[in-house]
Formats: sequence, C-alpha cells, structure tokens
Amino acid sequence: MREYVTELSKYFINVCMIVYTLNCLLLLTGGRSNIRSINIVQKILIFLVQLMCFTDLVLVSGDVQYVFFYAFVQIFLIAAMVMVSLIYERANQLLLNNMCMLAGTGLCMISRLSFNKAVKQYIIILLSLIISLFIPYLLSRIHFLKKITWLYAAVGIGLLSIVLVLGETSYGAKISFSLGGISFQPSEFVKILFIFFLAGALWEKYSFARVALTAVIAGIHVIVLVVSTDLGSAVIFFAGYVFVVFTATRNYLYLLCGAVGGSGAACVAYRLFGHVRTRVLAWRNPWNYIDDQGYQITQSLFAIGSGSWFGMGLLKGNPKAIPKVDADFIFSSICEELGVIFGICLILIMLSCFVMMMQTAIQIRDRFYQLIVYGIGIMYIFQIFLTVGGGVKFIPLTGVTLPFISYGGSSVMTTMLMFFIIQGIYIRLQQEGDRHGGRGKAAPKYVEEVRSEQSDRTEQTKR
Amino acid sequence: MSNRPQIMLSCGFFLVLFGVLIGYLGYFVATSEQEMINNSYNSRQEILLSRNYRGTIYSRDGEVLAETVLDEEQNETRVYPYANLFSHVVGYSTQGRMGVEALANYYLINTNTSLSNKAANDVAGLKNPGDNVYTTLDTKIQQVADDQMGIYRGAIVVTEVSTGKVLAMVSHPNFDPNEIQDIWDSLVENDTSSILLNRATQGLYPPGSTFKIVTALEYIRENPTNYQQYSFQCPGYFISGDSRINCYHGASHGQVDFARSFAKSCNSSFANIGMGLDWESFEETLKDLLFHEELPLSLAYAKSSTAVSSKMTVDDMMQTSIGQGKTQITPMHLNMITCAIANNGVLMKPYFVERVTNDAGDVVKSFKPDAYGRLMTEEEAKVLSDLMVEVVENGTASKLSGQSYTAAGKTGSAEYNNVKGDSHAWFTGFAPADDPEVCVTIIIEGAGSGGDYAVPIARRIFDAYFGEK
Repeated sequence: MREYVTELSKYFINVCMIVYTLNCLLLLTGGRSNIRSINIVQKILIFLVQLMCFTDLVLVSGDVQYVFFYAFVQIFLIAAMVMVSLIYERANQLLLNNMCMLAGTGLCMISRLSFNKAVKQYIIILLSLIISLFIPYLLSRIHFLKKITWLYAAVGIGLLSIVLVLGETSYGAKISFSLGGISFQPSEFVKILFIFFLAGALWEKYSFARVALTAVIAGIHVIVLVVSTDLGSAVIFFAGYVFVVFTATRNYLYLLCGAVGGSGAACVAYRLFGHVRTRVLAWRNPWNYIDDQGYQITQSLFAIGSGSWFGMGLLKGNPKAIPKVDADFIFSSICEELGVIFGICLILIMLSCFVMMMQTAIQIRDRFYQLIVYGIGIMYIFQIFLTVGGGVKFIPLTGVTLPFISYGGSSVMTTMLMFFIIQGIYIRLQQEGDRHGGRGKAAPKYVEEVRSEQSDRTEQTKR
Repeated sequence: MSNRPQIMLSCGFFLVLFGVLIGYLGYFVATSEQEMINNSYNSRQEILLSRNYRGTIYSRDGEVLAETVLDEEQNETRVYPYANLFSHVVGYSTQGRMGVEALANYYLINTNTSLSNKAANDVAGLKNPGDNVYTTLDTKIQQVADDQMGIYRGAIVVTEVSTGKVLAMVSHPNFDPNEIQDIWDSLVENDTSSILLNRATQGLYPPGSTFKIVTALEYIRENPTNYQQYSFQCPGYFISGDSRINCYHGASHGQVDFARSFAKSCNSSFANIGMGLDWESFEETLKDLLFHEELPLSLAYAKSSTAVSSKMTVDDMMQTSIGQGKTQITPMHLNMITCAIANNGVLMKPYFVERVTNDAGDVVKSFKPDAYGRLMTEEEAKVLSDLMVEVVENGTASKLSGQSYTAAGKTGSAEYNNVKGDSHAWFTGFAPADDPEVCVTIIIEGAGSGGDYAVPIARRIFDAYFGEK
C-alpha cells in the first residue's frame, strides 16, 4: 500500500505541478479563459500538492510530527489566501497563489531536510505574513515615501556596514549578525531600501549628474557587500542598479555601460579575491576538484542527475550530502526528490511572477512606483537566476537563496515584503483605474476581466 | 514618455536567459543521469543498493555470467559461475567495479520490477531485484580463446564486424572474481604481473609489424596512383645514417613490390617506405585512426601513442614505420582499426551490452549498433583488405590458408627488448575476406613470431565461430 502511494504520488505531484504552471501561463496571457475558475483550480492544486508531499513524508518516515506540521502549513496557506482576499479584494491572485505554492513547497522541503529548521522557518513566515498584510494599507496612507530618498541610502549603507564590522563569518562570508539570539541578514532587507532609494532618486530627474550621483551611492552599497565577501548580494544590487537606471533614463547606453562595467568588475574581482577564483575554477571543471573546491557543485549535480525527471521520491534520495542544501542548494534537493520536471515548473512559476510584475510596471504612470515594482522584479528574478544557475553549474556559484523556498528568515521575510509592496501598488493601480472609469488603455486583459467580473458581481448584488 | 519598450526588453532578456537555463538543465538531465549515478562520489548508489539487489549479467547465449544469490537471511553473495573465464570483461563489483559490472552498474542497481512486486517486497521487507543485463559475450568463443591462450600472458579480442559487438575478450593472467575480496590485497600488493589490468583495453604493447597496416595506409594516401609500382631490393637489412633495421631473423626477401613487402612483413622495405613519408601527413592519418585520441569504448582503456612528429630523428622514423620504437597500442584499438578495414572503412562502436530487462524479462532498454564514423575511404579499406588477404595466402599468416573460409590479416612479432628472440606474437585479422563477419586480435606476450604462435590461435577461433554457426 505504502509503496503504491509513494510511487504513484511522484507522478501525480508532477502532473499537478504541470497543470498549475500551465494555469499561470493562462493567467498571464489572458485570453478569454475564465480567470476566476483558473484561480480556484490553482488553489485546489496547491492543496493537492501539499497533501501528496506530506503524505509521502508521513508514509516513508513513519513520523507523526509531519502530520502536525502539515496541519500548521495548511493553516498558514488558508490564512494567507483568505486574509489577503478579505482585506484586499483587488489583490493580484497570481502573485498570491504563487507565493503560497512556493512557500508551501519550501516548508515541505525544509521539513524533510531538518524538522527543527522547518519549525523556525514556519514561525518566521507566519510573522512575515502578519507584518506584510499591513503593507498595502500603509502604502496607500503614507505620502512621504518619495521625499526620504537619501534616508533609504543612509539606513541601507548603515545596516550593511554594521554587518561588516560586527558580523559573524559563515562559510567565508560576513553576511549576518545576531541580536537577542536571532540571526539577521541585513543585505536582504537592504534590497528593499535600495530599490526605494533608486526609485526616489531617479523618478523625477535622470540627468547624467543624477545618474552619476546614484552610481556613487549604489557603488558604496556594492563595495561594502564585496568587502563583506557577500558577492551574491553585490551582484544582485549591481544588476538592480543597472536595470533601474536603464528603464528610468530610457538610455540604452547605460545598459551597455553596465554590461561592460560589470564584466570589468568581475575580472578585477577574479584577480583580487582568492575565493572568486576558487568558484570560477570549481565551475569550469568541478570534477578535478571533487574532494574540495568542487565538492558542493558536484554533489549538487549528483542530486539533480540522480533525481532525473520524476525524482527519487521524498526521503528516498540523499540531498543532505550537499553542504548548505537547505539554503543555497534547495533547488537541487527538490530536483532530486521531486524531480526535474517539478524543478522546471518552479522556475516557470517564478518567471510568471516576474512577468506579472513587469506587466504591472508597464501600466503604472507614477514613475516612482513603477520603478519600485520594476526594480523588485529585476532583483527577484536575478537572484533566482544566480541560485538556480549556480546549482546546475550554468554559472559559477554565488551562494544566494531561492526566494520563498530556501531556509533563511531574512530572505523569506524580505521576499514576502517585496511581494506585498507590489500587491499594494497593484491594488492602487486598480483603484485608480476604477476612478478613471475602468478604461485604462494599457491595462492587460487580466486586469480588465477581473474588473468586469467584479462589476458583474456588484450588479448581481444590486439585483 | 513611456518606458514600455525598456521594460519589455528587460522582461524579454530574462525570459531568454531562463529559456537557455532550462534548456541546459534539461540537456544535463537527459544526457548525464547514468554518469552521475555511477560516479563513486555519489552516495545515491548505496541508497539504491539498500533497496535493490544487483541484477544478473547474462551472455548472449543466455548463460549466467554473474548473479546475486540470496540466502535464507537475505544475505547477498555475488556469484560468477564461470570463475576466471570472464574475470576482466565481466569484472567485479565489490572492490570498486570493473568490466560490465562497472559499465552497466546503473542498470544493475536500478529496478523496473512491477509496482505490485515493489509493494509486496515493501510489505515483506525484501529488496527489489535489480534489472538484468544481456551482454554480447559468447561463452563458447570466450572458452576457445581462453583455452588457446593457455599459460601464456596476453589478450584476445573477438568482435562482430558489422555491429561492433564484442563476442569475447580475454586477458591473461586472470583471477577468480568469486574470491576477489580474499585475493584483493595480494593482487594489489603483488602487482608485478598486473593481474587486475585488462590487457585487451589497457595493455599498451609495441604493435610490431601489425603497424605496417598504418604505414601502408599512409603510403597509399601519399601515392594513390603509383603505389603498385613500388619496388625494393631487400638484403635483409636497411641502413640510413647511423641507424640500421634488420628483417625478422635477418631474412633477406630479395626483390619485393608493395604487396609482397606487406605479405612478407619486410622490415627493410617498410623502413625504406617510412623514410620517404610526409610525417605531418602521417600525423593526420594517425589521428584518423584514433592514435593519441579518445576511443569510443565504454570500458576503461589506455590511449595508444606514437613518436610521430615533424621533428623525428631518422632512427625514430625507421622504427616507427615498422611498429617498433616508441609506438604503443592496445589490442582493442588494433581490433577497432582492423574492424574498420573489414567494414569498408567505417568503425562501428564496440559494445558489450545488448539489452536490459526487468526481472520478468520485459525489455527495459535495448542497444543498437552505432557507427562511430569513417576512419578511411572505402577504396583504402579495399586495398588494405586485399593486402591482408595476401598475408594469409602467400605471406606470414599462411597457417590460416586453405580453410573453408578466406581470412585476411596481419601478423606481428614485436620485439620488446634487445635480446634476440624476445618478441610478442601478434595477429589481427578477419574472415571471411569477401564478406567479413568476425574480427580477431591476438597478442601473446613473449611467445615468438606472430605467424607461428598467434595465427594458429586465430584459426581455432575462426573455426569455433564458423563451426558454431
């Protein structure tokens, strides 16, 4: 019986994921499809995947604690779906569903890797949700956000510098510091401040002098991160800066400068830092250094290769052979036990979030909020590229987390805050659209259909 | 001003980037799964072995070559019914892995048994049977080859020309894989006789006169129209500068043309030919024949090498053209070159595993013959094949003439030290010459001349092959 369930659920889980992902694409492309039913199908699929994954965990491990954890995770998912929809009926359902799918998958996988860590992660995710629920409301009430541009930068650089001075070194990088027994990774939170700073500095004026000034301040961010040897974050900040400047100025030269400057900086870093050389070496030929520098990446490749398309099944692989698997290599462990198809679906789900953010950004007339949505989207997708690309040996390892999925409180809280900032701006956009008679020219079909559905509903209630 | 194009561009950029990333991931999984599982650093092998017991290895005639036997307490023992006979090619799986045990490891430790069996085994707390592997190896030919090798050291490779199937592979001295755990330490410590080395694929030998096949090919390539006009007066030796080459046992061959130089394996004539060759072009020919290159072979092997370069000394040139000096080749590689000649110039990738089945006998995967590519033109293959027929009919392999089949081949007596008479006996060839089916390569260490010692063995193997049919 047990064997039947675990063997078959492997395929069932993958099928559910594929259907879910296809629904994401349907939502993005709009079409004539019924958005409300897609939304409901997605929610059902989230719970189905959760049910099957946790059933596997319980059956294979024979451990009852997974039953309780399952119940708690479902409480979180239901709370997130219900609360958000209740408080903000205009919330973007695609982003909401994807957040639930990704966070749920992450919690499940972390609990398989380390139950204690999963409990910690759960508490942080719940806390993040509670905080985040206020964000859309706050965004609509606070009006001085555009006026404190330099404060964002000052606080951001300050926080990063604190880590540099007081930080704990882990795996050769100074990225976190402890306060009251809780470890923080400020570079995560500073991402948000950094985007707000860039948006504030560039939404109105984008002369060369302006760009140069922001370059200096962004440069300070990046340099502090490089000195803390948090190279992954440094690269993400850099990419975020280049893309935001490009879109704010609409000048393709900046994109070119960014590409050239980035390559130059990479070469300099390669010459200056031994650990950069090590990573490039381990990337180019990990098999020669399988015992030391190449160990992590080869173990990651073993995990993905052994998992193959449908995975070995939860608890049937050996993902713990990869050092730091729960943070930097969670994608490899998912590919190993749930399958590469599942992994590719996850990537596509994250991509659909990104595309939704870009679609939203296009519609926003207020350049400040537009750059925020755009900047968050770029940093989000770039981080995913770094961690997935590093884990599959597409690019050298940078050691960053997979948003929503990896273990790490600062990471998951920051990602959730980012998602709710976008939700807040999205909701504002819908309300503006309503005020202008619901006829925003640039509005994608998705937005329009939600609108017309909602007006249908109001009509029905009137009747 | 709208910045829609910029946002669209950014969006498109990342979509393309992730498209490439997903493609890369998919390609990696599609092509590297086995390699990943088989790597000894991958701990998942042990996981699979804790759930499945190793499958059975069969010969192509359905005999068990290796199987895992379970006792009442479910203790596993790997049993090799043929003991020493298949020691290198089937290999072992407990002290590391070798042979088919290594190259088919992925299939042997994975299971495709039915789901109901899996469920029943799960309930009963039993392991699942790993998949079974049917090899291309033939017990009868392997037995004949092994018997013929007798107490000598050396190697024999027998392959099917049109497919690349390896029918037999013998390496002496051998060992009993049933006792591998007990004898391991002594095998490793006392490695002067290199018992664990598979001489067929890893043994590097001077090719001796069998290399004249290569020299002849180069000469034909450089003189495509007039190689038949070649003539040489052999006094039994050849001198150039301070270097001197003798014919085997100092025999003088008199007036020889190209075909006769080859048939009689005249060292003096070939040293003469070698002095006139374009060595840069020779390097190309060697590359075509996979010298210094990776071989399309799934077993562990050594790369063949030569001293050929444009900066060779006269002595090197002369020695190389007759297969002595710094030239080294594995019997398997020589077999592959011979097979290509027999197969109109196209090399079929040698392979050992024909199909994989689950415990119920359903085919999980089958392997088809696969061409590696062309090593020489069809005309070149034809010329070499004719030269090799002459070797059997009127030359050094005359002990193979007068059979019911027409064989073609080349002998070699590779001197491996300067004491006279110490030479490895080589033969490489195929039969029937007009429609080649089977290709045999033999080396007997220190036996003497190829014509006297290796050719009779080839005859018995051909007899066994054609007699069996």
